[in-house]
Formats: sequence, structure tokens, C-alpha cells
Amino acid sequence: MGELIRVGMADMNICRAPDRITTLGLGSCIGLVLFDISTATCGLIHIMLPDSSITKANYNPAKFADTGIEELIKKLTHQGVRATSLCAKMAGGAKMFSMSGNDIQSIGEKNTEAVKDILKKLKIPLISSDCGGTYGRTIEFDPITFRLKIRAIGKKEVYI
Amino acid sequence: MDEMRIEELSDTEFDVLKEVSNIGTGNAATAISKLLGGRVDIKVPDIRFLQFDELSEIIGGAENEVIGILVSLENDIDGMMMFVMDKPSASVIVNGILNRGDEELGAEMTEMEISVLTEFGNIIAGSYLSAISGLTGMVVSPSVPALSDDMAGAILSVPAIEFGKMSDRVLLIQSEFCSEFGQAKGFFILVPTLRGFDNIFKKLGLKKE
Repeated sequence: MGELIRVGMADMNICRAPDRITTLGLGSCIGLVLFDISTATCGLIHIMLPDSSITKANYNPAKFADTGIEELIKKLTHQGVRATSLCAKMAGGAKMFSMSGNDIQSIGEKNTEAVKDILKKLKIPLISSDCGGTYGRTIEFDPITFRLKIRAIGKKEVYI
Repeated sequence: MDEMRIEELSDTEFDVLKEVSNIGTGNAATAISKLLGGRVDIKVPDIRFLQFDELSEIIGGAENEVIGILVSLENDIDGMMMFVMDKPSASVIVNGILNRGDEELGAEMTEMEISVLTEFGNIIAGSYLSAISGLTGMVVSPSVPALSDDMAGAILSVPAIEFGKMSDRVLLIQSEFCSEFGQAKGFFILVPTLRGFDNIFKKLGLKKE
């Protein structure tokens, strides 16, 4: 069955079959999986913010979409994965609170857009995504089946 | 304030935050007592910096269902405040306020229950904000609170992301209170913007103008 590797907020990790990888309670954050079918290897990153240039407090690359995705790809290529064979699945970017009079695009949407833009630039195909909404998600990825399981309170489990 | 400094608060600055939260907690105890119509004891709050991940662990883990009440702040201190409690604690509060004995909050809360909890959040927020205003003379305008009933990790991502813009940690004020109706645990996260932090410490004479 393998182990279940857990990734926290502003964190990332790599996983090889038969292990699986998970991150819990995604709110406005994005959980992004990059995976290579041929080697049954994958990486998961729990991203909080779109862009590292907004702050000097950017010591942790996993916090941001730009530095985080770059770092995750580096880790994967060190494991022998070819960057050109990577695919992506993602979830999260919810709007957890509706504050009235808030026309500014919520951070969840900004995160979702930032990740999609970077994937497009890097020519990594986004196979499926479950983003937006107003609820939290837990995700779990299996590099053998390459299915992304999504759990939310009060909703049926979904695989994308 | 340099971004580095948030995590390097001096002892004096930390004492100030402790003082604010002591006063705030005192105000909150009085207000909640009136609301519940009975005596409420609040433990001396615990204040510390936590890594993002440690935050969820305090309230039962990232997947644990909790209630979060969010208030955004404007004026001399801008930013946000959030009060978080687990569902059993929220049940205690609602039962006490509505004077209805031992009922558990369901998966879908009624409008009345949501309204009661939102008002409770309003009162807690007001207690801490008046403590800050009292000490600093600053004007703080809180928004109408918004409530979410969901996984702890998801709810906490909101203030964590705000803190994430300035630092790699979150400042937490943890309080536990006991009423005749039962025990309720909650914690409180105050996220001023950098400008807000600066203003607070300037007003208290801890920084040069």
C-alpha cells in the first residue's frame, strides 16, 4: 500500500509509487501536483501566494507559486524525471469568507490564475483542476493511478 | 517596520501585546457573561508566534471542522482579526446565548445559530479592539463579521496568507473560557498590516515617529 506522505502549508515534497501524497485543509491556497506517468513519480506543493516579489520575507520558496513551482521541478528532475514529461493537476483557491463590498479579486482566484499562468509558460499540461468555490478541500494523489482524490466537508469524495 | 522585525519583537513590544490581550480578554469575559447571563471565567491568554502548520494543530488538526469568524479592520489599524473555535465549543456558546439546554450544532446551522455566533464574534472582536483603542487612542473600524464553518486548515489559510505576506509565522492569542454551560476553547489571530503594527508601537512610544 505504501506510505501516505503529508505536505503542510507552504511546503512541498516528492513521492514515488507505491507511496501516495496528501495535503489537508486547502482554503485559499493551491495544492498543485506535478507528475510523470512513466516513472510513477510526483511532487505536491501547497502554495499560499502568487508572487515572491511582493515581499522580502521570501526565504521559503514553497510559499509562492513562482519560486515554488520552479523548486518543485528542480527536485523532480534530481529524481530523474524529465521536465518535459510532467503533467499537472490542481485544487483549492476557494473564497472562504464573503465580505460584502469586496470587489477586489480574492487571493484564492489570484493564486489559481498565477499557477495556471506558470504552467502555461512552462508548457506543463494541466490535466484537471477543482478550484474556486467557498469550501475547504483535502487532496490526495496516487502516482500509480494518477488520480487526485478530493474531500470536502459535507460533500461526496471526488476523483479528478 | 522592516519585514524582518515582525518575528523579532522586543520584550517590551511583546509585553505590550500581552497587556492588550489581557485587557481585551477581561473586556470579553464581561461581555460574554452578560450575553450568556451567567458567570464566565477566561484563562489568562497565551500569546506566541507559530509556524503556519502548527496553527491547525491547536484546534484539532487541519481537517477538523471549526467555526471561523473574520472581521476586517480599517483606519489607524488596518488588517484583519479572526476568532476560531471547534464545533463543540460553538455549541456551548449558542446553547448558552439561546438558553436552550444541550443541543449540538448540526452540519447545516440555522440562520439563528449563524446570527448568534456572528454576534458573538463581533463582541469578542470589539473587546480586543477597545483594549487597543484604550491603550493607544487609535481609531479602529471593524467590518461586519463573516462566518465560515469548514476545515481548520482552510479557514486558517486566510489569516495565514495575510501573515505570509510579511513573515513566515502567525501571532496567536489563545484563550479558553469556562461558563456554567460548559467549556469553550477558542483562539484569536490579529493580523495588522505592517503599517498597523508600526502605528500601534509608535502610539505607545516604542518607536520614533
